[in-house]
Amino acid sequence: MTDARPDATEFNATEVVDARGLRCPLPVIRLAARARDLPAGTLVVVLSTDPAARHDVPAWARMRGHVTTGERHVVPDDGSPEHWALTVRLRAS
Amino acid sequence: MTHTTPPAPARVRLDNGGRAPWHPLARQAFLQALDDGWADPRRLHTEGRRAAALLDGAREAAAAVLGARTEEVRFTHSHPTALHAAVLAAAAGRRRAGVDVVVGAVERAAVLHAAQAAATMHGGRRVDVAVDRFGRVDAQAMTDAVASPGVALAALQHANGEVGTLQPVEQVHAAARTAGVPLLVDAGASLGHAAVPPAWDLLAADPADWGAPAGVGVLAARERVRLVPTGPEDPEPWAPGGVSVPAAFAAAVALQAVEADRVAEDARRRALVDRVRGAVTTIPDVEVVGDPDARLPHVATFSFLYVDGEALLTELDRAGIGVGSGSACTASTLEPSHVLAAMGVLTHGNVRIALDRSTTEQDVDRLLAVLPDAVARVREMLGVGGL
Repeated sequence: MTDARPDATEFNATEVVDARGLRCPLPVIRLAARARDLPAGTLVVVLSTDPAARHDVPAWARMRGHVTTGERHVVPDDGSPEHWALTVRLRAS
Repeated sequence: MTHTTPPAPARVRLDNGGRAPWHPLARQAFLQALDDGWADPRRLHTEGRRAAALLDGAREAAAAVLGARTEEVRFTHSHPTALHAAVLAAAAGRRRAGVDVVVGAVERAAVLHAAQAAATMHGGRRVDVAVDRFGRVDAQAMTDAVASPGVALAALQHANGEVGTLQPVEQVHAAARTAGVPLLVDAGASLGHAAVPPAWDLLAADPADWGAPAGVGVLAARERVRLVPTGPEDPEPWAPGGVSVPAAFAAAVALQAVEADRVAEDARRRALVDRVRGAVTTIPDVEVVGDPDARLPHVATFSFLYVDGEALLTELDRAGIGVGSGSACTASTLEPSHVLAAMGVLTHGNVRIALDRSTTEQDVDRLLAVLPDAVARVREMLGVGGL
C-alpha cells in the first residue's frame, strides 16, 4: 500500500483531481464537480491528504453508481505530505 | 412592560448514548446515598457498614439484572476502565494458553487499544474481524478466528452504540466455548435498552448510558474465568481506592428502573426511531446506516453526502437540538469514525441520535421539522447544488 508506483488503473487515468490539503467533505465535492463534466468510462484519480477521503470516495462512488478501481497510500520522496490516490471509473450512463 | 418575551423552547436532547440525562430515580438514590453512603465502606464503624450495605445491595441488584452471582459483579471507576481491566486481566490469566486477542472491527476504542496492549505484552497480535455494510461482525469469520490456536481472549460488543446494530454474540459465544476461549461482551450501549443474553464470560456495562451518574462502570466475570490483575497490587484491584458508593448505588437503582419498563420503552422508542429512519430518506443523498431490524431500539444514525458534519451539528444546536456525530473533519478529530470506516459507509456529514426515556414524540418532530433546511443550508455554503 505504500508502494510509490501507480497501479494500472491509476496509470491509465486521464483525469487527476488534486485535493491535497483539503478537509472532508471537500475532496469528494471536488471529485463530484469534475465527474459531472466527464464522459462515462473515464478514469479519475483523486489525491487527498485527508484520511476520510479513503472511505468517502468509495462510498460516494457506490452511491453514484461509479466503480472504485484503485487505492494507494503514497509516500512522496520529495518530502511533500503523504496522501491517498484513489481511482474511480465513472459509470456508463 | 407592554409585552413579554415568550420563553425559549426547551432544548431537545437527542445525544443520549453514553451520557444520558439522569433518570429521576438515579437522582433520588444518589441523594439518599450522599446521606447514608458517604463513609468508606471498608471501615468497621456504623457509618462504614451502612455504606458497605449500600454497595453490596448495588452489586446484588446489578447481578440480578445480568443473571450473574453477586460475587461475579464488580464496580469500576468507569466503563472504559472496566473494558481495560477485563481485557488485560483475562488475557494475563490465559497467557499459557494463548497470546492473541480476537476483536470485532467496530468494538469501542477502549477495547481495541486494550486488546492491542494485551497482545503486545504477551507477544501475540490483535486479530480484527471484519463487519458487513450494516456493521455486523461476520460470525463465521469470528468463529474461525477464535478456533485458531493461540487465542487468549475474544471480545464482541452486544450492540454497536454508534450505529445500533446488534452483534451475533450468542453464536460467537458458543464457538468461543467450544474453543475454550473466554468471550468479553461489551454491553455498554445495550444494557438498559435491550435484553442482554447470558452469552458471555466477561461483561462490561456503562451506567451513564442508562441515566445513572458517570464515574462508575460495571465489570462482570463468570467464576470460571481466571483473572490476573495487571496493575500494582491493591486490595481493590478493579477500582483502587474504591468506587463512589452514591454513584454505584444510583447506577443499580437506575438499572432496576430501566429494566422494569424496558419492554414498553423498546416499543415506544423503536417506533420513533423507525419514523426518523423513514423521514430522513426524503432528504436527498442521505445514507441511513446500521441494521434496519436487528438493532438497538433507541439509536438512529445517518450521513449526508457533501455535508460538513460539524457545521450541521452547529446549525441544529442553534435551533435548540443537540445531536451526536461520528463525523470526520471536526474540531476534535480529523480521523473518521473507525466504525463508519469499517462498514464502508460515508464518514462525513454524520448524525447520530440516541433517544432516552424522556425523549418525546414532539422532540423527534422538532428534529424532523428543521433537519431538511439545516442540511440544505450547509450544502449551500459548500456550493454543491447539482452534484
